[in-house]
Amino acid sequence: MKLKSLNVALALALCISAASTQAQVSGNTVKIGFITDMSGLYADLDGPGGVEAIRMAIGDFGGTVLGKKVELVSADHQNKTDIASSLAREWIDQQGVDMLIGGTNSGAGIAMAKVAGEKKRPYFNIGAGSTRLTNEDCTPYTVHYAYDTAALANVTGAAVVKGGGKSWFFLTADYAFGISLEQDTAAVVKASGGTVVGAVRHPLSASDFSSFMLQAQASKAQVLGLANAGGDMINAVKAAREFGVTKTMKLAGLLVFITDVHSLGLQATQGMQLTDGWYWDSSPETRAWSKRFFEKMKKMPSMAQAADYSATTTYLNAVKAAGTDDPDKVMVQLKKAKINDMFAKGGYIREDGRMIHEMYLLEVKKPEESKYPWDYYKVVAKVPGEQAFQPLSKSTCPFIKK
Amino acid sequence: MRLTTYVYIALAALAVLAPLIGLYPVFVMKLLCFAIFACAFNLLLGYTGLLSFGHAAYFGAAAYTTGYLVKTLHWTPEVAILGGMALAAFSGLIVGAMAIRRQGIYFAMITLALAQMLYFVCLQLKLTGGEDGLQGVPRGNLFGMLSLSNDTTMYYFVLALFVTVFLLIRRIVHSPFGQILKAIRENEPRAVSLGYDVERYKLLAFVLSTTLAGLAGSLKTLVFGFATLSDVHWSMSGEVILMTLLGGVGTFFGPVLGAGIVVALQDNLADKVGSWVSVIIGAIFVVCVMAFRRGLVGEAQAFFGRKKKTA
Repeated sequence: MKLKSLNVALALALCISAASTQAQVSGNTVKIGFITDMSGLYADLDGPGGVEAIRMAIGDFGGTVLGKKVELVSADHQNKTDIASSLAREWIDQQGVDMLIGGTNSGAGIAMAKVAGEKKRPYFNIGAGSTRLTNEDCTPYTVHYAYDTAALANVTGAAVVKGGGKSWFFLTADYAFGISLEQDTAAVVKASGGTVVGAVRHPLSASDFSSFMLQAQASKAQVLGLANAGGDMINAVKAAREFGVTKTMKLAGLLVFITDVHSLGLQATQGMQLTDGWYWDSSPETRAWSKRFFEKMKKMPSMAQAADYSATTTYLNAVKAAGTDDPDKVMVQLKKAKINDMFAKGGYIREDGRMIHEMYLLEVKKPEESKYPWDYYKVVAKVPGEQAFQPLSKSTCPFIKK
Repeated sequence: MRLTTYVYIALAALAVLAPLIGLYPVFVMKLLCFAIFACAFNLLLGYTGLLSFGHAAYFGAAAYTTGYLVKTLHWTPEVAILGGMALAAFSGLIVGAMAIRRQGIYFAMITLALAQMLYFVCLQLKLTGGEDGLQGVPRGNLFGMLSLSNDTTMYYFVLALFVTVFLLIRRIVHSPFGQILKAIRENEPRAVSLGYDVERYKLLAFVLSTTLAGLAGSLKTLVFGFATLSDVHWSMSGEVILMTLLGGVGTFFGPVLGAGIVVALQDNLADKVGSWVSVIIGAIFVVCVMAFRRGLVGEAQAFFGRKKKTA
């Protein structure tokens, strides 16, 4: 440890002396740090696939920006907030990391945002859904890139009601995340002219959903909103299928990723509606990129992985346009740039750090409609970013002037 | 002078000089926090023979309390730490009073069950921030004067507390009270037959251990500026057992070494081997249990002890 630190100190000293001749890029390289869950329950969604996506982005950019090498360091935070935060701190202090990308787990995501804000480094969060990143815990250096729970609630709520699903019943995981998802969606449903006939709360990591399913069935609502995630969502979908709930009600998953659908199978999930920020099979451009990704990872990319690619490219473009990796100048550039790539069309980063882009309401195909592997979704509606995300006027971010 | 004395002097010098020779202070602070946690746990497992499987509860409860007191009520850090420790002591008193009535696996299960209850309370409460955690806790000014926001100042504060805890545990173990604890560990019925009120001694040891675990949690919140669910999760309870066993249960320095190894592995391997970290730590644990059950320090002591006897 001692020796390693000495080496690092020596390397830093060298870098500083080198940097004095090349003023515009600190440390003579542009270093990107990526911290996410690589081994736990979110690893499928982001994890090693996310690393590969960032590598692809650096490769496609030519491996250099402003004539300097672009490097990537990545780490597994093992879903421990302290590891995420201390690694981020150490990377910035000792390895000269210029930009951080934060993956899944919102506790770790917010902790990294605080470190990046304190140390003044651009921070892109991809995998975490918490709206706190652009509200009470916002910093001028945070960019929340892919999605958030407010957008999921808005799109699913509004679009499903528009499509005829007027009366709703919620199955909610009984903790802050589930309850806020339920309340946000219920508000949207009511505002769009629908009704909420009831809700039932289940404990986190419940295994038996039978009584909840009977309650849902008895409500005679048209839509069953699933305000839960991960294993709970998967168990709820299975139970809904077994109890025949799906015959009378339509399932609306409020936080469902393509990896969940892949592991559940189309038989169990068919007909379910859900919101995602990106789908691999939605345009020739996304298909071309996803095929390249598939060759490396043997699975199709999720929204998070596509966003990892896009965020890296956006950052490198901003460094190029600003002519420097100076954090403040890059942030100015980022907030005025338009984002046009395979992930977003006409996307832009708002003052509070929220990236605004189109969201999709998707419906899971029936097994007989699926023509090839990973052919899972029909695009039901495309919702413009301005409608999908929380408006800036509602942001509680302290540095936004109103 | 004995060999151990030299080792301690060398380590103390290293600890004092650490920020000057380029060791990363935040990393060493984290290590010291977990070392305090493991030492506190060792007091219970190593010297009283009670295996608590829910020590993360006290660590995490204190972490949240200190965070709340500093962030929302703007208390100074030293009072907030005392607040965290008080809550840890109080919950230790309640849990301990229930758990010490049972022995062995039942004791472990009761502590685990109550710790899991606390986990779900932290998940639900508004002031803990649910799965997002309590974030952005400032370090504040020590005694209202000395700013802790500088990493070096904070480091010496943490180091001073660590040394205090380490010496305190030594003192406890070498006191008549510590001797009775060891007697209970070796043969409980015998301690009863000698007229000791075993339950009261056990309870006191339990509360002492949870209070010091609370100190570790409180310090961790101040060092990093947050308290999250991973602090109260059962895997944290597992980790502290691992640290103690790996270093050497029932030795003074073992838990410190164990904490050092586990924290260093988790932090340094995270960016090198990615998802293999948990596998490597698991494998080390298996090797430890199979090959050297006394832990690193325990085996070293046994080795030098044998040498001394033959010499």
